[in-house]
Parts: sequence; C-alpha cells; structure tokens
Amino acid sequence: MRPFKYSRANDAANAVRTISANANAKFLAGGTNLIDLMKEDVERPNELVDITRLNFTPIKTIANGANKGGVSIGALAKNTDTANQPLIRQNYPLLTQAILAGASGQIRNMATNGGNLLQRTRCSYFYDTAMPCNKREPGSGCGALEGINRMHAIFGYSEQCVAVHPSDMCIALVALDATVKVQGADGKERSILFADFHRLPGNTPDKDTNLQHGELITAIELPKNNFADKSYYLKVRDRASYAFALVSVAAALEMNGGNIGQARIALGGVAHKPWRATEAEKFLVGKAATEANFKSAADAEMRNAKPLEHNKFKVELGRRAIVRALQMAMNGGAV
Amino acid sequence: MTNEQKEVESLMENEDRQMSADEEQLLNELGVFGEARRRFLGQVSAAGLSVLAMQMLAELNALAAVGEMENAVPVQIENAVKVAFKVNGAEKSLRVDSRMTLLDALRERMQLTGSKKGCDHGQCGACTVIVDGRRVLSCLTLAATCEGKSVMTIEGLAKGDALHPVQAAFVKHDGFQCGYCTPGQICSAVALMTEAKNGEASYVTADVRQQPRTLQLSDEEIRERMSGNICRCGAYPNIVAAIREVHTGKESAQTWQFADENDPAIFENSDKEDARDETV
Repeated sequence: MRPFKYSRANDAANAVRTISANANAKFLAGGTNLIDLMKEDVERPNELVDITRLNFTPIKTIANGANKGGVSIGALAKNTDTANQPLIRQNYPLLTQAILAGASGQIRNMATNGGNLLQRTRCSYFYDTAMPCNKREPGSGCGALEGINRMHAIFGYSEQCVAVHPSDMCIALVALDATVKVQGADGKERSILFADFHRLPGNTPDKDTNLQHGELITAIELPKNNFADKSYYLKVRDRASYAFALVSVAAALEMNGGNIGQARIALGGVAHKPWRATEAEKFLVGKAATEANFKSAADAEMRNAKPLEHNKFKVELGRRAIVRALQMAMNGGAV
Repeated sequence: MTNEQKEVESLMENEDRQMSADEEQLLNELGVFGEARRRFLGQVSAAGLSVLAMQMLAELNALAAVGEMENAVPVQIENAVKVAFKVNGAEKSLRVDSRMTLLDALRERMQLTGSKKGCDHGQCGACTVIVDGRRVLSCLTLAATCEGKSVMTIEGLAKGDALHPVQAAFVKHDGFQCGYCTPGQICSAVALMTEAKNGEASYVTADVRQQPRTLQLSDEEIRERMSGNICRCGAYPNIVAAIREVHTGKESAQTWQFADENDPAIFENSDKEDARDETV
C-alpha cells in the first residue's frame, strides 16, 4: 500500500474542505472496499480523512419537505444497523433484504450506507493492474470486452467499459425512488435523485457517480410508499451466499383493487448502474398480477438486452428472476 | 549395559573433555551447570548436543525478543498515528504507520497471532475479531481507526483454562481440520450468538417485518450467517453442529474419540476385515 496521511474528522465542513483541497484525498468510512483497493494498488490516495466519528448515523422519519412521512437514513449508519432498524424492517423490508443479501455479517458490520453507494465494480480487469481497464486507467482499453465477460453487463455499456455495479442495497434504493443528500465544498447541501446518482460508462467509465470531488454524502431519503406488503429482493449468484450477483431483482407492487396500481422493478448485476426496469414497470400498471403478465413484463424489459460473448445466459436468467421476484413479492416472500 | 548406555556413561564422566568450547559456552548461557548439566548430557548424544542446545538458545532468544517487540520502534514508520485501544481488556497504546491494519498490529506488534491472515482482502474471514461487540474483518480495518475501541480476539475468549463454550463445542464436534480458519470461525460464531439474541435478520429470514425479540436459528440460518468464514478443509457440517449446540443449549453426542488399546472398535474391525473383503 502506498503511504498516505491520515486524520480523524470531528467536523463535516472541515472534512469536506480538506478533501476538496487535495485531488488525491479520499473520505474513509467503513473502508471495506477502499482499503482492499489500496492494497491492490488500484486506489492510490495520498490522504484519507476518517469520517466515521461524524454524526450522520441517525435513521428517522422525515418531518418536512418532499419526502415527508418517509425515512432519512444516515450516510454513516452501518449496513447492519440500517437493515435491522425497526422502521426499515417494517416499512421498507425490500431494503432490509437487499442489504442482507450483500457481503457477509462482518462486512455489513463495518460498511456504511454512504460507502455502499460508492462501491466500485468487482470486474476482475479493474482489479488486475496488469490488465487494461479504462475505469482504472483511462485510455488503456477494456480487458473484459474481448476477454472473459461472464459477469459483465447486458444493458447500457459502451465500448469503453462493460463492468457492472456491485451493490445490492442500491438496487432496492433505486426501486424505492431514493434521494441522496450531499454536502459540498461551499457548505451547501444538494439532493440527487438516486436514478441520477450512478452513471452509465459512456466515454468516461472512470466516473462511477455524478458526485463532485469533495462532496460528502450525508443521508439517503426514501419517500413514504405502500410497497411493504408486496416486495421481494431476489439474488441469483454462483454460491448460496457471500458472492456478487449474476442477476438480482428488487420487486415491489402496490395493488389497486384487483390490478397492479404501481410497480417498481430494478435489476442488479446487469449494468454499470442499478438498472431500473421501466419497460417492465410500464407494462404491469393496470394489469392483473398473473404469471402470464409477469412473463410479458419481463420480456418487455429483457428484449433490449445486448449480451456479450459469455453472458448470454443472463438474458433468460434475468427474465426468469423478474417473474420469480414478482411472484414472491405477491406471496409475501413465498414462491 | 548396552553400547549406547556405555557411551552416555563415558560422556558423563568425561563431560569437560567431550564438549567443544562452543558447546560449553552454550550450556553456560543456558544456565545448565553441575548435576543438571550431567543429567542433561545423559539424555543426549554428543552429536545431538550442539543441535539441541542451539535450538533451545534460539527459542529463548526468540521469546525474549517477543517480550520487547511491543515497545520496539519498527525500522521505518511513515505518517505515524498514535492510537490507544483495548485488546482483550488490556489498554494498548501504539504508534503505527497509517497503512497498518488492525490484523498486522495484533499479530506483529502485540504477538496475538491467533487472528489469521488468510486472504488479507476481506474474502475469507480468517482475520475476524470482535470490535465493540460486533464481528469485523481486521484485515480491512486500519489500526489508526481503532482509537478508543475495544477489540476482542480469539486469545481473549477463554477464562484461564476454561474454554469459551463455542471453543469447547468446536473441539467436541471436530469443527476444524487444519485449524487455520478456526479463530475467525469462533469469533464469528460468538458474535453470531449475540446477533440472534438481538433478533437480527438475515437474507434467509422468512419475514423480516416480523421482529421477534430473540431468534432460534435453523441450520440454514447458521450457514447463511457464517457465510463470511470460509473453511477450505470443508469442516462446515461440524462447525454448524458446534454452533447449533451452543445456540440451542441442546447437547448432542460427540461423534469422535481418541482410540486406545481398550477401544473395541479396533478389534471389531480387524476381526471383520475378511468378511468385509468378501462383501466388496
């Protein structure tokens, strides 16, 4: 690991100023991804500001504003504490399930919510400094495009990058219409819609998000919704547990009489960002919650998939996973 | 008297003449004199003496060095950070390189080598320790971030000679083979018990909206919750059995024992050997 200056922040504004003043400085929270990438020499900061002592940990009901009645989740609350917070378990079980589908007990105890949003891809070409990777070293090429791309994207990729976003939590957050609150160098707060927070690779795959350097995530807000009765997070992976998704589906339904009033479907493991399945959602609104309709909805989304050489299986897997997740959402988690 | 015994006798009688100056110095440094030196010489052949003495001296030196390491200043520290935290109840104060992980601080600076460096990348769980009551990966934790925290390692679980119940259950149920992942497995399992007592959910929990105060874990739940600890020997069924016993409090029979000369199984097997051959 390369040498770096370390300091503990007691004040958010100071932390933001320190990072803003140094293009090679980074915030350190749980460190579960950053420290690993520093050991791999993929991340090379020369300064870390430890923000874990800042008070961005509360999880509470929002009293005012656009998301009134929803919940504000502190960026520095641990993944474990967030998943088990009674309010989250009761009103946003989809988020609890998605968080618990990721990583291991040990890592969820360390990882923060803000850090979860900033996880970097687990593309093996990104990790291997002997290989070309436009995300790690812009202009060096993409090792995965013509390499082994079984784990890679089937939606929204570019010639520059076919990597996928790794988080489970973020798949639930994009389905639940989250907003990200950030604090900037000028001291001002701004809100970013979750769907706009992560980026598709285009010609700048080195940029995972639309966050500016020095901006600090302070909270994630979820609007109030009626999905708690009918939601499910389904994760399909190579092992029974502790593995990244091949395909994952966050599904949430709200019924209106006998038909579907609102549908939220997002996919993990298929794109450079959490992939909101808007075509499938559009198809389902106003329809009966039948297996035939779930299949048609899945088809509507997956027909736009463009698989690479080794991940053609993800198209059919994704189709079936969408149907299964919707069925389980309808049945309260049972098949 | 055998030839060997005669040789030893002559060695004892001619102790001073038989030893080289180096060997004598070694025994002096080891503090072995007079009757003790004679008894010592009586137990080793002349050829083995220097080898054994050298080894003993090296061990003594190594142990002496271990005692001093905590206060020793490593050759080069960059971006030094002063950090004070508790380890197994004892206050520790260190000056560390900002890059030093908690795992390396435990192993290299405090001689607590129970926590193991498996992958060093957060994939195997061998380095699992308990910080402020929560299991975490010490390989992905910077020592500098531990200011004011309380760290429990495998060395802190037993009370004197009394093993922690999870440690005892791992022995009883043979929850390991090579043992390398075991300290991490046990720390993980100890913390898992608390998580279950607190009613924390997992990915395989049927309905996370139900929030019982405490949980009884199925084997499926135990497996899911232990998935961050890899065992390459594949002792998983025995690990689950050990955790299940401590978690449920229901004792199950030990399925192995050391064989001895009274073990009827040995004789039964040899008696049956011919019959078994025929059935094959």
